[in-house]
Amino acid sequence: MEKNMETIFQDKIDKEIRIEPKDWMPEKYRQTLIRQISQHAHSEIIGMLPEGNWITRAPSLKRKAILIAKVQDEAGHGLYLYSAAETLGISRDEMYDQLHSGKAKYSSIFNYPTLSWADMGVVGWLVDGAAIMNQVPLCRSSFGPYARAMVRVCKEESFHQRQGFEILYVLSKGTEAQRKMAQDAINRWWWPSIMMFGPKDDESPNSIQSMKWKIKRFSNDELRQKFIDVCAEQVKVLGFTLPDKDLKWNEERGHYDFGEINWDEFWQVIAGNGPCNKERLDARKKAWADGEWVRAAATAHAAKKAAKRTAA
Amino acid sequence: MTTLNKINYLLHLADNALIIGHRCSEWCGHGPVLEQDIAISNIALDYIGQARNFYQYAAEIINSENDPSLGFVLPATEDSLAYLRDTPDFKNNLIVELPNGDWAVTTLRLFLFSTYQFYLYNQLVNDADTQLSAIAEKSLKEVTYHLRWSGDWVIRLGDGTEESKLKIEKAIEYLWPYTGEMFINNDDSISSDWNKKLSSIFHDATLTIPAKSWMQEGGLKGIHTEHLGYILAEMQYLQRAYPNSEW
Repeated sequence: MEKNMETIFQDKIDKEIRIEPKDWMPEKYRQTLIRQISQHAHSEIIGMLPEGNWITRAPSLKRKAILIAKVQDEAGHGLYLYSAAETLGISRDEMYDQLHSGKAKYSSIFNYPTLSWADMGVVGWLVDGAAIMNQVPLCRSSFGPYARAMVRVCKEESFHQRQGFEILYVLSKGTEAQRKMAQDAINRWWWPSIMMFGPKDDESPNSIQSMKWKIKRFSNDELRQKFIDVCAEQVKVLGFTLPDKDLKWNEERGHYDFGEINWDEFWQVIAGNGPCNKERLDARKKAWADGEWVRAAATAHAAKKAAKRTAA
Repeated sequence: MTTLNKINYLLHLADNALIIGHRCSEWCGHGPVLEQDIAISNIALDYIGQARNFYQYAAEIINSENDPSLGFVLPATEDSLAYLRDTPDFKNNLIVELPNGDWAVTTLRLFLFSTYQFYLYNQLVNDADTQLSAIAEKSLKEVTYHLRWSGDWVIRLGDGTEESKLKIEKAIEYLWPYTGEMFINNDDSISSDWNKKLSSIFHDATLTIPAKSWMQEGGLKGIHTEHLGYILAEMQYLQRAYPNSEW
């Protein structure tokens, strides 16, 4: 029976028919998606922190408004991704518990610090850029609620990426100090950004099954190469450089060659040893703990109100 | 109203919106629950937008006067007014610059202040100055929501748990001395409407309005609490450290 269900399930996927929350699905598919979507939701929420770090110091009223709107968008993404994960039978509170206990992961990129205003440009250009490269294929994820959430997420992310590039463009036309600030930010964020595509294909254990289930459409290395090819051209428009002496156009491959990624750093940051892992998680835990009495008050008041209504 | 008085009044409205917006924006990413994080960031955005409208209008007048003796950087822009004036030049009410404290202080402050703004903008909508009345009209829509949102929180916290009630009572004690300043130079009707609204929300929240007491003031004259200097140091840092740069 189970076998038969699994065949029907895979058949739907092969025909590009979306799986919806009430459809039968293998338990492993459900668990993989819960992990994938909740990680993504957590990344949005943790991702608010490095950019939120510059809201009170944004250099103009226009930039301040854009940055608040952007960080608020990330909160919105978190909200609909948590909702998409909830359709698989896990609550938002459970997902928070997993985040706070360290059981659930989030994108390692947010464990790096934002040290100057130029970081707001680079985070938009490179970090959101890499995220889009990863996420556009997810608009065709076999799981319906995730795919639909991703359509909206990607629209907003591509707007964020253009804003980030525009911040850098203005800095590139600015003073010597501003250009230095921007180049420094690019130097710090470039390698972590290309690590966002995950380990090399031959070291990515879950990839084959995820490809078969169409919750992953392209391999890590394919997407990374595509991203590097795009950025290597865009950086020329800015008149800055990418910090990789081995970055070179390869006519034969039709792609840019690039240097060796420091995988040691990659695994260390995932293991919790990045520059801001502890700060980021502590900030979330603090917000949640400080908010407990507020949520309790709201619940208590709602109950009183409901009781009054019933009595009347 | 002389031109300088007009400029100063616009700056007072702008500074109030900017500073309370700045305070609200400090919550972004740290709210008690995701939906409320989004709500307060949205309120911050509304306020930054209001500040920009008032600063832009003030800048327009300053530039048309083109008189260096008025003491403004020329040409004035929304950013020169927000980022290149120092503490004694700011004309906001003290209540908006106080630290956020906890959720009770934040929402109560917003309630006390947006109620005042609601009645003030309701008057300004009819101002003979069409530009001012247009800004007031746009802002009034936003403030109507801020008032409803913060009023709902005052009720929830007052009529929630014992703990939340204690916290909001502490918040009332802390903020109350800063409420009087809002009514200086304003019609009595604003203060009586404000009191009526306060009575109704406090009634639903099972909270008691404090007795009349000594009120703090000084913001309108540029004599601030110690908190404003830190807000400006943070907010203005890039403009001050890298003068004459485009961002």
